[in-house]
Amino acid sequence: MTDIPPNKAQRALHLHRELDRVWADDPGLRGFFTSVNHGTIGLRFMATAFVFFAIGGVLAMLIRAQLATRKGAFLDSELYNQVFTMHGSIMMFLFAIPLLEGLALWLLPKILGARDMAFPRLSALGYFCYLFGGTTIVLSLVFGVAPDGGWFMYVPLSDKVHTPGVNADVWLLGVTFVEISAMAAAVEITVTILRCRAAHMPLTRMPLMAWYLLGTAAMMLIGFPPLILGSILLELQRAFDWPFFDVSRGGDPLLWQHLFWLFGHPEVYIIFLPAAGALSTIIPVLSRTTILGYGAIVAAILGLVFLSFGLWVHHMFTVGIPHMALAFFSAASALVAVPTAVQIFAWIGTMYGGQVQFRLPMLYIMGFFGTFVLGGLTGVMLAMVPFNWQAHDTAFVTAHLHYVLVGGFVFPMLAAVTWWMPMISGRWRISGLGETAFWLIFIGFHGTFLIMHLTGLLGMPRRVDAYPGNPEWEIPNLISSVFGMVQAMGFALFAFDMVMQWLFGRRSWRNPWHAPTLDWAMPLPAPSYNFASLPTPLHGDANAVLPLAKGQGLLPGAPRGHRETLVVDAASGRPDHVAVLARSTALPVWTAVAIGSFFGLMLAGLYWLAPLGIVATLVMVWRWGAIMGVERDLPPIDVAPGLNLPPHFHKRQTLAYTGCIAFLVADGTVFASLLFAVGFLSVIAPEWPAPGAGYRAVPMLFATAAALLSSAFVVYAARRAEGCRGAPDAAIWTRAGLCASVLALICMCGLAAGLDDPRRHSRDALRAALLGYAAVHGIVATMLALRADRDARTNRLGAERRGAIPAWRLFHQFWLTVTATGVGIVLAQEVL
Amino acid sequence: MATGAGLITAFVLAMLWGAIRGAPRKASFRVWIVGWGLVFTMTVLGVLLASALWTGERIIARGDSVVRVQAHASRYKWDFVQPAPGGWPVTTRNVLYVPAGQPFEVEIRSSDVIHSFWVPRLGGKMDAIPGHVNLHRLQADRPGEYAGQSAEFSGPGYRKMRFTLIAYDPANPPSALIDAPAEKALP
Repeated sequence: MTDIPPNKAQRALHLHRELDRVWADDPGLRGFFTSVNHGTIGLRFMATAFVFFAIGGVLAMLIRAQLATRKGAFLDSELYNQVFTMHGSIMMFLFAIPLLEGLALWLLPKILGARDMAFPRLSALGYFCYLFGGTTIVLSLVFGVAPDGGWFMYVPLSDKVHTPGVNADVWLLGVTFVEISAMAAAVEITVTILRCRAAHMPLTRMPLMAWYLLGTAAMMLIGFPPLILGSILLELQRAFDWPFFDVSRGGDPLLWQHLFWLFGHPEVYIIFLPAAGALSTIIPVLSRTTILGYGAIVAAILGLVFLSFGLWVHHMFTVGIPHMALAFFSAASALVAVPTAVQIFAWIGTMYGGQVQFRLPMLYIMGFFGTFVLGGLTGVMLAMVPFNWQAHDTAFVTAHLHYVLVGGFVFPMLAAVTWWMPMISGRWRISGLGETAFWLIFIGFHGTFLIMHLTGLLGMPRRVDAYPGNPEWEIPNLISSVFGMVQAMGFALFAFDMVMQWLFGRRSWRNPWHAPTLDWAMPLPAPSYNFASLPTPLHGDANAVLPLAKGQGLLPGAPRGHRETLVVDAASGRPDHVAVLARSTALPVWTAVAIGSFFGLMLAGLYWLAPLGIVATLVMVWRWGAIMGVERDLPPIDVAPGLNLPPHFHKRQTLAYTGCIAFLVADGTVFASLLFAVGFLSVIAPEWPAPGAGYRAVPMLFATAAALLSSAFVVYAARRAEGCRGAPDAAIWTRAGLCASVLALICMCGLAAGLDDPRRHSRDALRAALLGYAAVHGIVATMLALRADRDARTNRLGAERRGAIPAWRLFHQFWLTVTATGVGIVLAQEVL
Repeated sequence: MATGAGLITAFVLAMLWGAIRGAPRKASFRVWIVGWGLVFTMTVLGVLLASALWTGERIIARGDSVVRVQAHASRYKWDFVQPAPGGWPVTTRNVLYVPAGQPFEVEIRSSDVIHSFWVPRLGGKMDAIPGHVNLHRLQADRPGEYAGQSAEFSGPGYRKMRFTLIAYDPANPPSALIDAPAEKALP
């Protein structure tokens, strides 16, 4: 362990005032729109998620009221279809994912020993995209145009022919808008865990929660892109009649199912991992011991991340896939139970080795065990092909998925909320209420869903709104409905308990659970800046609260008036530089409004106005770069006696650079999903081969070659520009690169004009989509070129200062690679 | 299998009960992680998978020369084509006739959205997907009426997508098949 000498102790109150001036949100309503602080944004994410949870819960009660009797005369079919579709969509996209994002945003810097997330403005942007998109989706229900095709939106039911109204567009556009927040969170979480840990905290000794969230973020980076691509393709088909899923023109509805479940199954583990992280954090502390098998749990997390991408086909066992392929996916589905079992037994073993204390979070953990184990085992049953054919799409599956999601997500999350509530509110709970809420939820849940297994085995399918011919289903349904109400009361009481604790609880003392992790090494409630000075190996756990508050750790106070946090080397945790983070700004909310204007115009069907939304977004995004550079060299910053580190403007491997890499992983997965679509449709879909190409080959080849060549020249120009960044030549090279970048875009416009009509056949639509993907990236790459050119002309380059050039180079290389690959695919199609 | 799932659940919960009672003890990595987490889990899963594969192979559609019927799904009805005893095809709506006591295969098609052919008492379901033909093998051991339904949500009339499968004694075919006019042969 590398020791860093402590800083001189100062007066804690003085430090607090100095830091709070810099880190606190603006007062009042203005603060709501301008805050970028992870504490504020994380809590807001969680609170909003619980509001959507309440809305989804009311919808669930409507469903149970409808099914309580076999006549079901309460809602008509159309409304019932909207209600169950919205229940699933809200719980999945507006509750579960945002809640875990909120927990991660709020908790990660605290548990890792940092002052904020890596990209504070991105946190705020994600929040507003979530708020605006989620509100739109919910409002559609009020206007009676909510999505009504089931939460997985199978085509052809969701295409323009069978859903002519705006209902499906609300889902596709609304969810994609909300997913911007998921992608933003995934990038942020990855970078924060890799680069913003406490000094000399190696990856191999991070708190387990960080490992879980790293796994979650990695899965989000790879799991969400197929859904995002699928939604874009389906919206293109609905809006412009590009036939990706239309069998009569070379499309295939099965493509949607593959893309959806490529996301949909990892999604289950995306939800489960943070919840399991909370369990692994809480169980050892409340058992007065340490976790059993840290290494095995990390291996299990990595195993889950890997295996969960090999199971998506098990949602499609009944679509007519060869039995040997089914066997492969069946085996993978069963195998994924192994890492889960390893964790379960590690937790039980931990409790066996310690002394369990039945505090409130532990009750929820017991609720988790009582629910999730059964849900997991019915999952293994469903992984078996013969049984799946029998139970698929019955109430049995409904029961199974609620056992897994409520058991594996809601119970651990409720444990986490009660666990961290003293740090959030600074107050201790009022005893009695929480226990009553737990028992109501637990009994209500099992009363509702245990019997639903039986209802399913009796043959009741999902999603019917009435069952006049099946009196035998009535009693079990009535039981489910009655207990559903009990469960709803439990959740209401839980919410009431939280409010009571916030308002009337007595003040909590520091570290009330005697937890070892760094999140408790701060006064309660957590201050806006988290740590007055940042932890070192010397002050590496919850006992360091006083030395850290007195400024004996790293980077004490805010003497320069900047929001500063430490950035470390990804693997070892060696301190590398100091990041200067953004302060309160309204830029994120305006950017979200600009993005929202695009989605809103698309939703309104004003397709010719929608590009205005893109232009507005580009204008807003351009302004993000304003604080990303400095016009002169800055002196190194005193971090500790004998340890001076440069600010991030003088480094190449900044947080933003790591963030670019994480983003490109996700972006590359979007492209890979598009290539999957090309391959799948060419091989599997009927109505292939496509009709002969109608365009003129020679001009098209010429334009393609010109685009690729000028793009290749940009890579060279950017490299030269970075090489001579201190000299006047840099401006020449950035300008040359910018011009070549624009030229490549113009060539692409020419290509677009020469393409076959995308409405003719899915092959032509896919080519247009490939070109569209390349063009979008061309625009972003050109924006980066413009930024780099501006940096060169405004003195933002220097011997150590590289401005936007590294990001530009990276992104442009990516653009060149995907464009060349796309061209290769089209050439291969033509030649073969 | 349900019994097994129940037993394992009860067993894990009993283990949990044991773990939360009593004083701190030495928890062994070997026992908990390797023994229970890996060896126990893999054994159960291995047995389960092998048996499922074996059952799956038996019930898979093989496309051999058994009775072949066609099911066309569209919102919100089923049209069936089945061979009369004389061999000519007979078209019916929402009623499917098959001989009892022998396997039959259903060619499943859809002309609009995705549906799923399912007769719960006979076995699993198979989707009807536009542009694809799926083959499903079933057998009704005894003559009688079996309720069938679509098992894939298809829109507002979804719950009306029901049909009846009538398994008849091959020695005594129903009049609906015998009296039906001769049509063009099955493709």
